[in-house]
Amino acid sequence: MLNVGKIEEGFVLDHIKAGKSLEIYHHLGLDKMDCTVAIIKNARSNAMGKKDILKVECDINTLNLDVLAFVDPNITINVIKNGEIIEKKMLPLPKQVKGIIRCTNPRCISTIEQELPQIFYLADEHRAIYRCRYCDAAYNPNGITG
Amino acid sequence: MRHLITPLDFTVSELTQLFDLADDMREHQAQYAHLCEGKKLATLFYEPSTRTRLSIETAMLNLGGRTMGFSDAGSSSAAKGESVADTIRTISCFADIAAIRHPKEGAATVAAQFSRIPVINAGDGGHQHPTQTLTDLLTIRNLKGRLSSLTIGLCGDLKFGRTVHSLVNALARYQDIRFVFISPPELRMPDYITEYLDDQNIPYEEYIKLEDVIGRLDLLYMTRVQRERFFNEEDYVRLRNFYILDAAKMSLARNDMYILHPLPRVNEISVEVDNDPRAAYFRQVQYGVYVRMALIATLLELI
Repeated sequence: MLNVGKIEEGFVLDHIKAGKSLEIYHHLGLDKMDCTVAIIKNARSNAMGKKDILKVECDINTLNLDVLAFVDPNITINVIKNGEIIEKKMLPLPKQVKGIIRCTNPRCISTIEQELPQIFYLADEHRAIYRCRYCDAAYNPNGITG
Repeated sequence: MRHLITPLDFTVSELTQLFDLADDMREHQAQYAHLCEGKKLATLFYEPSTRTRLSIETAMLNLGGRTMGFSDAGSSSAAKGESVADTIRTISCFADIAAIRHPKEGAATVAAQFSRIPVINAGDGGHQHPTQTLTDLLTIRNLKGRLSSLTIGLCGDLKFGRTVHSLVNALARYQDIRFVFISPPELRMPDYITEYLDDQNIPYEEYIKLEDVIGRLDLLYMTRVQRERFFNEEDYVRLRNFYILDAAKMSLARNDMYILHPLPRVNEISVEVDNDPRAAYFRQVQYGVYVRMALIATLLELI
């Protein structure tokens, strides 16, 4: 088993779907931050078989994790301070998702207008439905619906 | 500064004010003949439209203002590849208010985002057509004397028909509204509309045959099956003749059941129905001018 040292302050993002950690690394903007990050891929997991883990050493007030609930609501967020877990966070779905997904409705203005930010808003919290800010088409990982 | 991008941009009480103003403009047109003197309306029409463009231009002319613009994308800088954002930033330097029609959904939202003048969405693809919705609401209010306690049938292309989606969303805000959706299964109301009605506990029924339900309606809103919304010509040809409203079907309807239609009509309302006093679709066009007059005056903050 691979060992990665403890962190003093930051986050341990556990139960990431195996192979998805790099995607999350980019969604959180960690590539643009000057902090220590450990990416653990395909770690053994009793519940999931395999999982990814991200350890991020940073000031816990500097990282915006809102997008995680959109990307994968099953991720466990452990908040670390003074080397100890002080909180296990459950994040609500973000009201808005910007620059994460693209509208695939061929009739949407965002498919032709240059440099338009891709923005989706949470239209139905209960059903976790996001809609394009421009054309209102619902986002579906397999294509736009309704 | 305000825009009109979706019918829900105005609250119910703001709509009441707008409709009161439209009615006053209808009754006292001369009093408003100089309201927009010195003001310019730009009509940015990237796809063909006769009715909406002329209606908006007529509204501005009735208020004493002037109009300018283009009526197809080929005669605009869009043909050179200019974005909607750049076009509206430029037009903001020339005009006081703009109306935009564009084949892409969300184009008016983008225009409003970059504009320094009020933007009216005059139709963005199959998405929204809010001035038609305001027209429909003003017409219903005048014909029935109210916008509540109504059973409203919507018939035809309920899947791609932007006017029916907007109208359902707008009417859903009034008390005691019941919807009856009449369409072939392929063109039924999208799930996101029916889910919204379910969430709001607003009753609706779905029918395939118009004859089965026409006798219970206070209003019947007919729509055209639009060729431009289909990727597949075969589907269009198969579905375009599904409903034809004729005198025989009208004999089953109540004496006070008015027929509305956003126009243009192709063949879904037989011409023999035109002389029926319940055929209100040409009166609807006239109300469209008054409601657009009220809208222009409101967005320009002249009232």
